[in-house]
Amino acid sequence: MTEIAEPMQAAAPMSTSRHTGEAAMKRLRQRYAAERRFKIYGILAITFACAMLAILMFTLLKGGVSAFWQTEMRLEILIDPATIDPQGTGTPAGWDRGAFQTLVNDALYRDFPEVSGRLEKRDLRGLVSPVAGVFLGKVLDKNPALVGQTVELWLPTSDGINQIVKGGIDRDLPEAQRPINDQQLAWFSQLEQRGDVRTTFNSTFFTSSDSNYPELAGLLGAAVGTLLTMLVTVAISLPIGVAAAVYLEEFAPKNKLTDLIEVNINNLAAVPSIVFGLLGLAVFLNFFGMPRSAPLVGGLVLGLLVLPTIIIASRAALKAVPPSIREAALGMGASRLQAITHHVLPLAMPGIMTGTIIGMAHAVGETAPLLMIGMNAFVTQPPTGLLDSSSVLPVQIFIWADKPERGFVELTSAAILVLLAFLITMNGAAIWLRKKFERRW
Amino acid sequence: MSATFTVGLLLLLSAVGFWMGRTRAVTVAGGRIATLHSVPNYYGSFVALWAGLPALVLVLCWMALRGPVIDWLVLDGLTPEQVEIWARVMLPPNDLSALLANIAEETDALTETHRQLLLININNLAAGQAQYVNAAVVGAIQPAADHLNSLRNLANWTLFAAVAALSAGGLAFTWSRINPSLRARNNVERIVTWLLILCSTIAVFTTVGIVLSLLFESIRFFTKVPVTEFLFGLHWSPQTAIRADQVGSSGAFGAIPLFTGTLLIATIAMIVAAPVGLMSAIYLSEYAPKKVRGLVKPVLEILAGVPTVVYGFFAILTVAPFIRDMGAAVGLSISSQSALAAGIVMGVMIVPFVSSLADDVINAVPQSLRDGSLGLGATRSETIKQVVLPAALPGIVGAMLLAVSRAIGETMIVVMAAGLQANLTLNPLESVTTVTVQIKSILVGDQEFDSAKTLSVFALGLVLFLVTLVLNVVALRIVQKYREKYD
Repeated sequence: MTEIAEPMQAAAPMSTSRHTGEAAMKRLRQRYAAERRFKIYGILAITFACAMLAILMFTLLKGGVSAFWQTEMRLEILIDPATIDPQGTGTPAGWDRGAFQTLVNDALYRDFPEVSGRLEKRDLRGLVSPVAGVFLGKVLDKNPALVGQTVELWLPTSDGINQIVKGGIDRDLPEAQRPINDQQLAWFSQLEQRGDVRTTFNSTFFTSSDSNYPELAGLLGAAVGTLLTMLVTVAISLPIGVAAAVYLEEFAPKNKLTDLIEVNINNLAAVPSIVFGLLGLAVFLNFFGMPRSAPLVGGLVLGLLVLPTIIIASRAALKAVPPSIREAALGMGASRLQAITHHVLPLAMPGIMTGTIIGMAHAVGETAPLLMIGMNAFVTQPPTGLLDSSSVLPVQIFIWADKPERGFVELTSAAILVLLAFLITMNGAAIWLRKKFERRW
Repeated sequence: MSATFTVGLLLLLSAVGFWMGRTRAVTVAGGRIATLHSVPNYYGSFVALWAGLPALVLVLCWMALRGPVIDWLVLDGLTPEQVEIWARVMLPPNDLSALLANIAEETDALTETHRQLLLININNLAAGQAQYVNAAVVGAIQPAADHLNSLRNLANWTLFAAVAALSAGGLAFTWSRINPSLRARNNVERIVTWLLILCSTIAVFTTVGIVLSLLFESIRFFTKVPVTEFLFGLHWSPQTAIRADQVGSSGAFGAIPLFTGTLLIATIAMIVAAPVGLMSAIYLSEYAPKKVRGLVKPVLEILAGVPTVVYGFFAILTVAPFIRDMGAAVGLSISSQSALAAGIVMGVMIVPFVSSLADDVINAVPQSLRDGSLGLGATRSETIKQVVLPAALPGIVGAMLLAVSRAIGETMIVVMAAGLQANLTLNPLESVTTVTVQIKSILVGDQEFDSAKTLSVFALGLVLFLVTLVLNVVALRIVQKYREKYD
C-alpha cells in the first residue's frame, strides 16, 4: 500500500483537477484511512484468537503445573501388629486395611504429645491425608517384614496443607476462608521448622486411578481406558474408512446410489457428536446388550464418529495420486485391484495416515458421546480388558472439574496439560508425516 | 470357550488355509508356475477368505443374538412359583397385585422394567456376586442363575464347534477345487470388491441407525406426551413421578425454553466467531506476510484441536468469574452460569472453524478478479469488500451455517458452563439451558428406561439431528454449487 501512497502525497496540493484536486485528495485520504482501518480489524481478529489461546494456556499452566508436586510430611510410625493384624494371622491377607490410618494418626499424636481432646485431635489429624494409610499399606505390601518395627516414612499431607505449601491458598487469608485453621497452621509451622516437610514429584498422579481424595487420584486408569478405546476405534475406522474411500474413489460408478453415499458421508461428518452417543446407547447398549462404560462400546461409537473424517481424508489422498500411475500399472497387465493395492495405496498412504491421526486426535478429546454410554463411571482400577468398566482422559477431566475440592482444580488443569501434550504430539506426528512423505506430482 | 478363543481359531484356520492353498497351487502346477491362472498367493487368499469370512459372519450374528435369546430362554425356564416368590420380595405392592393377577391368568406376567430387574438379579447371581442380590430371593432364582450359566457355556461351545466346522469345511472345499485353471484372482477380487462396497455402505447404515433409533424412541415418547406440547410448550421440567402420590413431579415437556436457550447461546457464539473468524481469514489470505501466516496458522490449528471439555473448564474457571466480576463492577448481577460466558467461549471454539472454511472459500476466488479490481485503482480493502467478498458470499454463508450447526450441537462447553434450569429468556446475563445439556443431564445417572423423562432425550436428539441435518445439507449445497462455478 505504501508504495502507491507516496507519489500521491507528493502531488501538487493546489490543483483543481478531478484527480488531484482538494476534494480528490480528501477522498483519497478517506479511502486510505478505510484501508488502514480494515487492516487493523484483521490484526485485531488475529490478536483476539492468539490472546485467547495464550490466556487458556497460561491459566492451565498456572493452575496445573503445581499438581505435579505433592507435599509430604515425615512421620515415625510404629507398625503395631496388634492393631493391623487383630486376628494374628501374620500374613498380609489378614491385615485390617482400615487400621493403617490409625497407625498414621497414632504417629501424629506421638509427634504432638501436648494435643488432647477429641476436637483438637481431629484438627491434628487434618494435617495428614485421610488416605495416608493407603500409602503406608503399599509400603508394607512391598516389605511385610516391617511389621512390628518403627519406620520413618514420608506421607502425603492433607489437601488443605498441600495447597497452602504450594501457594494455591494464601496463608494470610482470614481463618474462615481457609480450609486449615490457625491451630493447624501453627502445628504445621512446627513441622516445617523441624524439617519434617518436603515437596516431591507427585508420582501418584501417573500411577493410580480415580479417587475421591486428590492425594490419591491419578490418571493411569483413564489413560489405559483411552488407549483401549483408541485401539478399538482405529481397528474399526481405519480399515473400513480406507476400504470405503477406495471403493468410492476408484470403483464406484457415478449413479444415484453412490451420490447418496457421498452426500451421506459429508453430512455424517457434521452430525453433533452427542447424537452418536445416543446411537451407541440405543443400538449397542439397549439393543445388543453390550456392557455400559466398556472401552469396546466407546471405541465403536468413536469409530463411527471419525469414520467420515477418515473416508474424506483418504479420498483426498487417493485423488492426489496422478492417473498416470494407475494407467501405467493397468498397461502392464495388472488388474484394477492390483494397480490400487500395489501402486496407488502405497503412494496415498502418508495422506491416509495423516488424516487418520488427525481423526484420532479428534476422537481422543471427545467427551459427550462417551458420557451417553456411561463412561463416566467411577473406576479406581485401570481396566484390564475391552469389557471392563473404564473411564477416558477427557471424561476424567470432566469428572474432576465438577469436584469442589481445591486439589481437584489443580488436578484437572494437570490432566488437561497431559491430554494436550498427547494431542499436540499426535498432531505433530501428522504434520511430520505430511512434510516427510508429501509428494507433489 | 470364550469368544476370543473362537476368533483366534478362526484367524488360525485362515492362516493355515492361506498356506495350504498356496502350497497346493504350487504342487498342482508341477513346478511350472506359469501354467497357473493366477499367482500362487491368490490361491492362498482364495482358500483363506472362504475359511474365514463365512465363519466370521456367523460369529458376528451369534454375538448379536446371543444375549436376547439366552435371556428369553432363562426367563422361560422360570416357573410361575419362582417368579411369584421373587416378586413378593422385590416389587412394590401395586405392581405385585397386577403381576399376581397376570400369573393367575397365565399370561406374559412381567412388564419390561420388571423383566430387566429380574434379569439383573439373575445375572449377578450367575456371576457369583450374590451380595448384590436380596438374600430372600436367592433360593428362588438360583436355578435360573445355574440355567443361565449352563446356557452360556452351551452357547459358547456350540459357537466354537460351529465355527470350527464351517471354517474347516470352507477350507477343505476350496482347497480341493484348486487346479491350474481355477480363476483364483478373479474370485478373490470379486469378494474383495464386495467387501469394499459393504464398507462404503456402513456410513449409510450409521445414518439409518441414528434415524431409526431416534425415531423409534421418540415415537414412544410421543405416545406419552403429545408432539404439539413438546414442540410448542413453554414449560420444561422433566421430573416425572416415581410414586403416584409424590409432590412436585408434574412432568412438563415443553421444549421451547430449551430451543430459545440453545439459540441464544449459539447467537452469542456466532457474534464472536463470525467477525473474528472472517476477519482473520481475510487478513491471513489477503494481507499477512508469509511469516505471520506461518505463525498464526498453527495457533488457529491448536485452537481447533483443543478438546471441548477443556474449553468448558476454561469457561467455568476463567471466563465466567471474569464476566461476573465485570458485571459486579458496573452494578449488574450476572449469573455465574450466564449464557454470555458459555456463548463467548463457544465462539472462541468456533473461530478456527469459521476461519479455515472462509479461508478456503476466499482462496477459491480467482486471482484475475482481484487483479482486475486492483488494476482499476481500487485499494485492497475495496477490492475485498466489493469484489472478493461478493464473489465468495455463497461460500461464506455456507461456512456460517456449518458453524451455527456446530454451535447448536456442541455439548461439553454448555454442559459445564451453562445452567440446568430451563428459563425462557433472551437475556444473555441469565442462566439458560440447552438441548444438549438436557440430553446429558437426563441420561447420565441411573434411569428407568421406560419413563417419559428418559424417552424425552431421544425426542430432543431427533430435533437436534434434524436441525443440524438441514443446516448441513443447505450449507454443503451452497458451498458445492459455488465451487463448481469457478473450477
